Amino acid sequence: MPSMISGKAAAFAQPNVDTDVIMPKRFLKTITRAGLADGTFADLRFDENGGSRPEFVLNNPDWSDASILVVGNNFGCGSSREHAVWGLKQLGIDTIIGTDFGGIFYDNARKNGLALPIVSEETRNTLLALAIDLKTAQFHINIAEKTIKTATNTFDFEMGETVQTALMEGKDETLDSLKQANYIRAFEAANPNAVKLLVNK
Amino acid sequence: MTVRTLYNKLVDAHKVCDLPGGDILVYVDFHIMNEYTSPQAFSGLETKGLKVWRPGAHLAVVDHVNATRKREGPDEASKLLISNLTKNCEKHDIALYGLGDPRQGIEHVVVPEQGLVAPGMLIACGDSHTTTYGAYGALGFGIGTSEVEHVLASQTLRYQRLKSMRVTVDGKTAPGVTAKDIIMQVIKTVGAGAANGYAVEFVGSTIHAQNMAGRMTICNMAVELGARAALIAADDVTHAACQGKAHSEHMDYDVATWKSDTDARFDHEVVINGADISPLVSWGTSPDQTLPIGSKLPSESDMPTPAAKQALARALGYMGLSEGQPLADIKIDRAFIGSCTNSRIEDLRSAAKILDGRKVAEGVTALIVPGSTATRIHAEAEGLDKIFVAAGFEWRPESGCSMCLAMNDDVAMDGERVASSTNRNFEGRQGRGARTHLMSPAMVAAAAIAGHITDVRDFADKGDT
Ligand code: SF4
Repeated sequence: MPSMISGKAAAFAQPNVDTDVIMPKRFLKTITRAGLADGTFADLRFDENGGSRPEFVLNNPDWSDASILVVGNNFGCGSSREHAVWGLKQLGIDTIIGTDFGGIFYDNARKNGLALPIVSEETRNTLLALAIDLKTAQFHINIAEKTIKTATNTFDFEMGETVQTALMEGKDETLDSLKQANYIRAFEAANPNAVKLLVNK
Repeated sequence: MTVRTLYNKLVDAHKVCDLPGGDILVYVDFHIMNEYTSPQAFSGLETKGLKVWRPGAHLAVVDHVNATRKREGPDEASKLLISNLTKNCEKHDIALYGLGDPRQGIEHVVVPEQGLVAPGMLIACGDSHTTTYGAYGALGFGIGTSEVEHVLASQTLRYQRLKSMRVTVDGKTAPGVTAKDIIMQVIKTVGAGAANGYAVEFVGSTIHAQNMAGRMTICNMAVELGARAALIAADDVTHAACQGKAHSEHMDYDVATWKSDTDARFDHEVVINGADISPLVSWGTSPDQTLPIGSKLPSESDMPTPAAKQALARALGYMGLSEGQPLADIKIDRAFIGSCTNSRIEDLRSAAKILDGRKVAEGVTALIVPGSTATRIHAEAEGLDKIFVAAGFEWRPESGCSMCLAMNDDVAMDGERVASSTNRNFEGRQGRGARTHLMSPAMVAAAAIAGHITDVRDFADKGDT
């Protein structure tokens, strides 16, 4: 991911949007990561008969190309399903700006190049107001400098250094951590208790 | 020696090394997998040509998608998830408690039953309710699928230390008040998501008066606060619960070590009076939208901000309820007892006590799914199944998550209202358009008999509820 992300922001202010809402369970019976765009927000986007629900912001033709969401408190709470993050990315969402996020969702996001800038409630509300007007809905997010540039103002956001690096470098964390194999072996040698468990077959 | 919280002691004890940028690598003593959040982790290993670091430290369980009315099914996609897990475990030499295994069941019920948790451990699982193990003074937390791959390949996780919150609950609770009500009171007080970024330690006489089943209920649902870890210091009750289990001989720990130092400081403190807690019921679509039984639903005029008014209107609209309506009047269509929050033998006993000699109201479909195969066999040996069946509950022969998340064929229909012993009342959780009311298993039993939400204490003649 480059350190600058520009795109149209959509306002989705509902608080406590959980991962069941982001990715309903009927899309989870899969052994791959693919094909999840259709499932993302499915019950908000479509009615029982598959018709588009006009009240959902991403169904509004003016915002159907949004790549940034400004969201309510506690977004991504609930289940650990990484499918929620895979689906958001596949739907074309790169960035979600909020005040706080479900912890597992937050960690899942960085592993998949989904940026989650954290702002104060006041800033979030200002950004919501900007995002509901097409004239001001274009945001420029600078991951390295931790700023959101809008038509009116530039806002700071919070993001840990590891998350910044993970987003910008997009390294494979499993392979990267295995470079510490010597430390892992040393830990095991120093803590014989930690390697005692052998789960009964 | 510096003064430390239990949480920091657990993190320190598992620290492997520092990583650039401030994360640390922590060692995972034990890792649990289920059939739906692990497939892409195994394919990740495949693509990257990696093997499992220490196969003996992992357990896989089938619980989320399997049917519980019979062993097969419910559909081809579920069968594929199950056979895929079986194949992956065979290939990587990992223990699997699959369908038909007497040890199978909901992961967080199985693990303590099999003695796979002890004070001082670090346990990860691709499931948010892994906080359950905090009841044992162990650090348990949920991880995503990429992290499942990471722990399979390296037996470690990248970790960032959390802030600390202490929730003190002191005092004797009133009769009829259960561990479920205690944690629901905490969530109501603190707010859903208010513990995002925190590890929560529960302390106080009310907490330590709970048996292990109750402590697990509390730590389990702490994730609804947003807590990434929930802890209760180990004591004699914990120690007793770790004895005589299938894996007890693998466990080596010192109970006295796994508690916060007396002067340990926390970033945030919450104090709750145990005597003030009543049986609680959720009325909305977030686990902090709860009220003591006997209350009326909130009104728009009570809401401080336009956003709060909007949230209320949305929740009431989804739930098909009106402002100011008495909670106890709400009619139910279904009763469900199950889930990793409340399907242990103690939960089953508490519901059976209410149901004994009574009948489920006409028009209510009542279902009970024991948390594990071992729990089911235990309950049948005590004759609890007969009480449930005589009352009109359906008693399932297989175990799993079932209607807690409705990934199998136990799905509530659009608009149906469920009295549920589970943990999440999110929109669509128990089926598209389904309306969930969270409560204790005894309260579910009482609602099933009455046909509407009701106070379990009115059934108190049936023993010490
Ligand atoms: S019982 Fe419910 S909460 Fe628990 S693991 Fe299963 S689906 Fe998750």
